[in-house]
Amino acid sequence: MKELKRALIVFGILVVITGIIYPLTVTGIAQLTMSHRANGSLVTVNGHVVGSELIGQQWTSPKYFHGRPSANNYDASSSGGSNLGPSSADLEKSVAERIAKVRSENGLAADATVPADLVTASASGLDPDISPESALLQVQRVAAARGLVPSAVENLVTVNTRKPFLGIWGQSRVNVLELNIALDKLSETP
Amino acid sequence: MLEKTLVAVLPFIVVLTIGAVFVGRYLARVFQGQHTFLTPIVGGVERGLLRIFGVRQDEEQTWKQYAVSLLLFNALGLCFLFILQLLQQWLPGNPQHLGAVRLDTAFNAAVSFMTNTNWQSYSGETTMSYLTQMLGMTVQNFLSAATGISVAIALVRGFVRRSTNSIGCFWVDLTRALVYVLLPMALVLSLVLVSQGTVQTLRPTVALTTLEGQAQRIAVGPAASQVAIKHVGTNGGGFFNANAAHPFESPNPFTDLLLVFSLLLIPAALPFTFGEMLGDRKQGTALFLAMLIMFSIGLGISLHYELAGNPALAQAGVAGGVNMEGKEQRFGPIMSTLFAQSTTVTSTGAVDSMHDSFTPIPGLIMVFNMTVGEVIFGGVGVGLVGMLLYVVLTLFIVGLMIGRTPEYLGKKLEPREMLMAVVGLLGPPIAMLLMAGLAFSIPSAVASAANTGSHGMTEIIYACASAAGNNGSAFAGLNANTPFYNVGLALLMLVGRFATILPGLAIAGSVAAKKRVQSGVTFSTTSTLFVFMLIFVVTIVGGLTYFSPLVLGPLLEFLKLR
Repeated sequence: MKELKRALIVFGILVVITGIIYPLTVTGIAQLTMSHRANGSLVTVNGHVVGSELIGQQWTSPKYFHGRPSANNYDASSSGGSNLGPSSADLEKSVAERIAKVRSENGLAADATVPADLVTASASGLDPDISPESALLQVQRVAAARGLVPSAVENLVTVNTRKPFLGIWGQSRVNVLELNIALDKLSETP
Repeated sequence: MLEKTLVAVLPFIVVLTIGAVFVGRYLARVFQGQHTFLTPIVGGVERGLLRIFGVRQDEEQTWKQYAVSLLLFNALGLCFLFILQLLQQWLPGNPQHLGAVRLDTAFNAAVSFMTNTNWQSYSGETTMSYLTQMLGMTVQNFLSAATGISVAIALVRGFVRRSTNSIGCFWVDLTRALVYVLLPMALVLSLVLVSQGTVQTLRPTVALTTLEGQAQRIAVGPAASQVAIKHVGTNGGGFFNANAAHPFESPNPFTDLLLVFSLLLIPAALPFTFGEMLGDRKQGTALFLAMLIMFSIGLGISLHYELAGNPALAQAGVAGGVNMEGKEQRFGPIMSTLFAQSTTVTSTGAVDSMHDSFTPIPGLIMVFNMTVGEVIFGGVGVGLVGMLLYVVLTLFIVGLMIGRTPEYLGKKLEPREMLMAVVGLLGPPIAMLLMAGLAFSIPSAVASAANTGSHGMTEIIYACASAAGNNGSAFAGLNANTPFYNVGLALLMLVGRFATILPGLAIAGSVAAKKRVQSGVTFSTTSTLFVFMLIFVVTIVGGLTYFSPLVLGPLLEFLKLR
């Protein structure tokens, strides 16, 4: 009984320390010193919030670069992947359909291979990035839809490519929202 | 590709080893009550807390008293988290107005977080309020990890001491684990994470309109503080459903690397703590090497097969057949495989990619890592405890070979220790196989698997292995949010946790009471031969117990895919 009382005291105090003081301290410091990051790295265009730099979005218009397929249609209030196994018939079918779509939208040959990231669903369903190859493959389509010179659009892709950490860890990638915002700016400037 | 892989993996392993040596020595100083570089800052907090708790710094408990304190403390944690989830709709800190959690789901989650498993049959952002995440999940992330470290330290003390019936005091160990280790590490890590983009806010979901005019709702919340401790404490339960694959948990490759490093650090450090406290560093190094070798072999096999890609995708027209299904572009296959290997060996269960969508052989390795009982580094504390149970078993087998009573560190290992080791090593697998068998015999439980055939079978095996190993990761295609899985897996988690902890403490008590003997003729436990003997025993016990499900699940799928 004495031990139960002691357990209650210890538990009560540790709940306050680890469950209230600790997270609120982190929240306080984060909000005071890096509130932009702490609140979701939101991106503003002309005074309107148009997305988060870190969260992918659904892009359908031919004049924008498209992101990766998403198992939850980019529902950023409910993340997750497809969880289809490597031998799944559903996986094979969706990938084949996406490949056909990518080929026809971008005027590729019927037997052209397509970068994996552009036709497979990401883990979070919210992947903000695509590979540089996937971006370059869309340059012709985007340039044509906007009446821009392809080399200018291609240049934009190169400028917006991020390298792996220290050149070793992770993969090269292009943030689709940032690229599309840069693209809109390029179209506005005469 | 091989070169690229080695360049990414080898420096990581070197840095991990160096970090583990230093942290290992630091932990030894902390738990022996010696002065450390943090003492000037947190020493006062430690003394203040112990005074409030009514505990003297030099208080001692027998193993039974230690176990009673631990069980009472954990039972309170379980009840508190269970009730909190049922009451969250009437409590503050719930800007999304989420309702009470379903009874079976709440029971599963409470057991899961108390046992350091962090299996999640629920989806974080749509089920748990901010208050529940902080006061419930975050609290148990700390307390279950601190409990694990305490048990490991108590067992080490048992081997260090002689002719005594005390193994330290649970309340002192618990307090030190929190004040000197977990809280400082989590605090630093969470702030680094925020600086990279991990969210930490009390604001509700952000609603916005995209450039294409579509509405988007983005869930945010106090994630960084929880992500940090779920890695440092090898808990693994995500703030968001997608766990560390979610860009708001791990925004870039740097944070990903940091998260893998921090989940391995304490488990890899504890063998060195063991050697340090014994005053015989080689003993700790031997255990570390056995763990590192098994870790590296598993990682190598996984990388080889995952980087070979998926033949089915290659045939469909995917360049190189690269398996990016269920992976994030910023991480890619190499980092995702490193993460998957690290999270399954350490009983963490956090994921940066969807394990369900890995190719079959890496999937097999992940199940293997969990079924050997989470001893390849393992969960904080319990990993070392599990490995020491294997050491007892190995020395027993060696003893049979040379016809002598086995000894470890000058302590004779007798039937009592052997019995405890066998209970600890066989309890969880037996419970796991019973649960899996039960699941396969109930049609509705089989129907919970999203995939069919061998892969569907692996989903169920994975879930049971994950629960019994207190891992918590999933082949997430399985819909485990049913009363059958919620209750069954919760019971499995309890067996997995306490069938390691209680035998560990019992052995601590019995070896502490023994004299140190110097018989002269003993099998060296620092030799290369011992390291390989140990690896052999771990592999045989883990491998053979699960041989048939592993063949029918992942291996069969691998053969069909070729």
